[in-house]
Amino acid sequence: MRTMRIFTKTQQNFSRLLFVITALGLSFLFSSLFLNAADTDGKSPKVLAIVNARIVPVVGEEIASGTIIIKDGRIAEIGQNVSIPKEAQVIEAKGLIAYPGMIDAYSSLGLVEISGVSATVDNRETGRINPQVKAIEALKYDSMHIPIARANGIVAAVVAPTGGLISGQSTLVKLDGWTNREMVIKESLALQVELPRIRGSRGGFMGFGRQEATISTDKALAELKELFHKARMYEKRRQTAQKNILLPLPDFDETSLFLLPVVKGELPVMFSVHGDKDILQTIRFVQEEKIKAIFYGVEQGFKVAEEIKKAGIPCIIGSLYDLPPTWEDGYDSLFVNPGILNKAGVKIAFSSSSSSASKDLPYHAAKAVAFGLDRKEALKAVTIYPAEIFGVDGIMGSLEKGKLASIVLADGDLLEFGTKIEKVFIEGKEVDLNNRYTELLEKFKKRELKM
Amino acid sequence: MSASVNRLNKIHFMLTTFLALYFLLASKQALFAGGNLLIKNANILTVTNGVIPHGDVLVVNGIIKQVGQNLAAPPGTKIIEANGRYLIPGIIDTHTHIALSGTNEGTEAITPEVNMADVINADDPSIFTALTGGVTMVHTMHGSANPIGGINVVLKLKWGKPSEELIVKEAYPTLKFALGENVKQSNRTLLPGRPQRYPATRMGANAIIRRELLKARDYMAQWDRYNQLKNSKNPPKNLLPPRRNLRLETLADLLRGKLIARCHAYVATEMIEFLNLAKEFGFKIGAFEHAWEAYKITDELLKAGVGISVFIDSWAYKMEAAEGIAYNAAYCTKRGILVSINSDSGERIRRLFNEAGKAVKYGLTQDEAIKLITINAAKQLGVDHLVGSIEVGKQADLALFSEHPMSAYTRCDMTIIEGEVYFDRDQLLKEREAASTKKGGI
Repeated sequence: MRTMRIFTKTQQNFSRLLFVITALGLSFLFSSLFLNAADTDGKSPKVLAIVNARIVPVVGEEIASGTIIIKDGRIAEIGQNVSIPKEAQVIEAKGLIAYPGMIDAYSSLGLVEISGVSATVDNRETGRINPQVKAIEALKYDSMHIPIARANGIVAAVVAPTGGLISGQSTLVKLDGWTNREMVIKESLALQVELPRIRGSRGGFMGFGRQEATISTDKALAELKELFHKARMYEKRRQTAQKNILLPLPDFDETSLFLLPVVKGELPVMFSVHGDKDILQTIRFVQEEKIKAIFYGVEQGFKVAEEIKKAGIPCIIGSLYDLPPTWEDGYDSLFVNPGILNKAGVKIAFSSSSSSASKDLPYHAAKAVAFGLDRKEALKAVTIYPAEIFGVDGIMGSLEKGKLASIVLADGDLLEFGTKIEKVFIEGKEVDLNNRYTELLEKFKKRELKM
Repeated sequence: MSASVNRLNKIHFMLTTFLALYFLLASKQALFAGGNLLIKNANILTVTNGVIPHGDVLVVNGIIKQVGQNLAAPPGTKIIEANGRYLIPGIIDTHTHIALSGTNEGTEAITPEVNMADVINADDPSIFTALTGGVTMVHTMHGSANPIGGINVVLKLKWGKPSEELIVKEAYPTLKFALGENVKQSNRTLLPGRPQRYPATRMGANAIIRRELLKARDYMAQWDRYNQLKNSKNPPKNLLPPRRNLRLETLADLLRGKLIARCHAYVATEMIEFLNLAKEFGFKIGAFEHAWEAYKITDELLKAGVGISVFIDSWAYKMEAAEGIAYNAAYCTKRGILVSINSDSGERIRRLFNEAGKAVKYGLTQDEAIKLITINAAKQLGVDHLVGSIEVGKQADLALFSEHPMSAYTRCDMTIIEGEVYFDRDQLLKEREAASTKKGGI
């Protein structure tokens, strides 16, 4: 335990500087090596030019027919009259629409392979308080679900642990990489906190087939408050002891240690919160504790949309493949919810809340359109809005000059069933759209040819 | 948990249930009864005879009387303005467990004596849920706990009517079989001291079905011999009939061709072996349920003339579903197999049209995809002469959609069974509006 080192601010800054210097030096040394590797890759030439595409940048005006220049993984130029560099590999996209790749704002991709086989399930740690567990550290980068999601135009996903009160730390990853670490966009995205569900909700009939909440939201929030307080005190005692060698260091406390980034306001908390009253309580909690918060689930958000808007807390919509939490809300409450929240000015993002159905992300958004959400807003809620919510809109979420080139070329509306995704680029690299579905199909088609 | 807390929970649960049921039952009757309608200016997807743009459908006494353009209705007929929305035949779900007050008689492995028609629950809110998704008919089935389950039943979702009026008597009588992980109980944790139920393997599942069918054959032989003697010129004086066995009588009906097997199966091997059993004993298979690996054995299925009732892409929830590819329905359709898409869920049922729509992604046209939940389903249930398409003479089971029903952007606006409106979104929104103003707006 003595070896557990916590850097002070200056130490941290110094080590960061050291790291940058080392990294620069190393990259200089190896740059030629890397370039060679990229050159032989064949799939990722340095400069790409997507030409004659209808461009839906999501942010800014649509371009009827335009060009996107991709250089070093980023969008170097985008527009109607863009000159194509000589060295560029040209990709003809006539008849295709270029969209920014979609971001799944809540999934279990890479943590759940076959949900009924526990050996392949890594998203639910035992116990109730687990701020120390990190999704990134268990992520199966070669999950069979990832290429399927990618083939539907999804380029990044939040992967979240679940269960208990504090489920662990979620991560934001791109859907491409040879290791889990290669996929990282944001290693620790948020602390996942799960508040009780509404009685009678989800799947079962009137509460049948579902475990009832064993704890109320009041009690859950009171418990969190105590844990956060304990973490603050722990940090205070530790700092005091560091200033005075005569004072004892506090006993090691794993929970407090891993709650520190939250109470310091560095790591947001993603609350799974469902009922209107629970949402209001949680807003109060967030304000009192002065923490950064994101809501997830928010099934009865439409009842308190104004309050959520006022609190400025963004909402990730849970799967729409569900029944209304209570019948009194109306059969369509889950479907109208995103539209009402959006109209009230709440920032929303859609999620698959799944691994095996993560490819359905666009269909959740389309469903909400059928029940009142504006079409353009629906598209934003799978691209730029999640990017803004997760603080990565500087690098992704739209097709703009300077952003990472995560681009989807589709033959029609991105959210529509019949649309074929022709090409997907993740950070400038064209990714393989083959997946378990296509591979098994091709394998057994061969039998047909033999007969 | 103490008994008193338990009781309190129960009371709370009952109160919630009653409250919820009150809200549901408040609107629980056909919104428009009588069975005479004129639906005007719809994009009619007949399913069997192409599309009629700006078409009208005239319904008299619950039957489609005329389909065409600029139709006139007898005075007093209720007129529904479709305003260019999409009219399709009512959606048929070939595999559900809704509207039942019991699904699995799982205490024994062989239970063909149970009949789902005995446990119809016409008050199940899932009926209303299904109506909001344009579903008008369901094949509601015994569960998959047993190699031989029970007799299934086909219902029309006439919300508010007594259970007898829901039953579709013209449909094939079907018997549920099941294979694989569910029957071998591989995903169950055994309690200490409790023995594993036979069968615990796929070998056992096949063997136990064969055993029961052999028993049924013997049983039939006993009765044949008895009847032969009884009808002979000089019947023996002390002739006693064989002991009646309800379990074997059902199976005898299967062997006589009076019942059709519907078999829950996932992997290729178990489907092939069930086809062999059917050949060995000479019974009919209506369809394989779920059939995730059907794409691997299309030739065998085609040869046997057996269809499949499947999910579009709900997969990887257990080992035997790990090779369930979303191309299954589309590919098997292209190969000539009769395919329907089912929900198997009180939730998925209300978006069954979306599930069919996804088949467009995997290779079907919109016209082909819609068949998976209409005419194909009707054929599998033996009711395609009554429902499943918009044709003169068929029952007026219809659904109205805001956009093309195979688009991701669509919404069901109205559901009609035999010319009676059971779900009307506009009406519901009006009622909701009125209720909220009455309460002072919440």
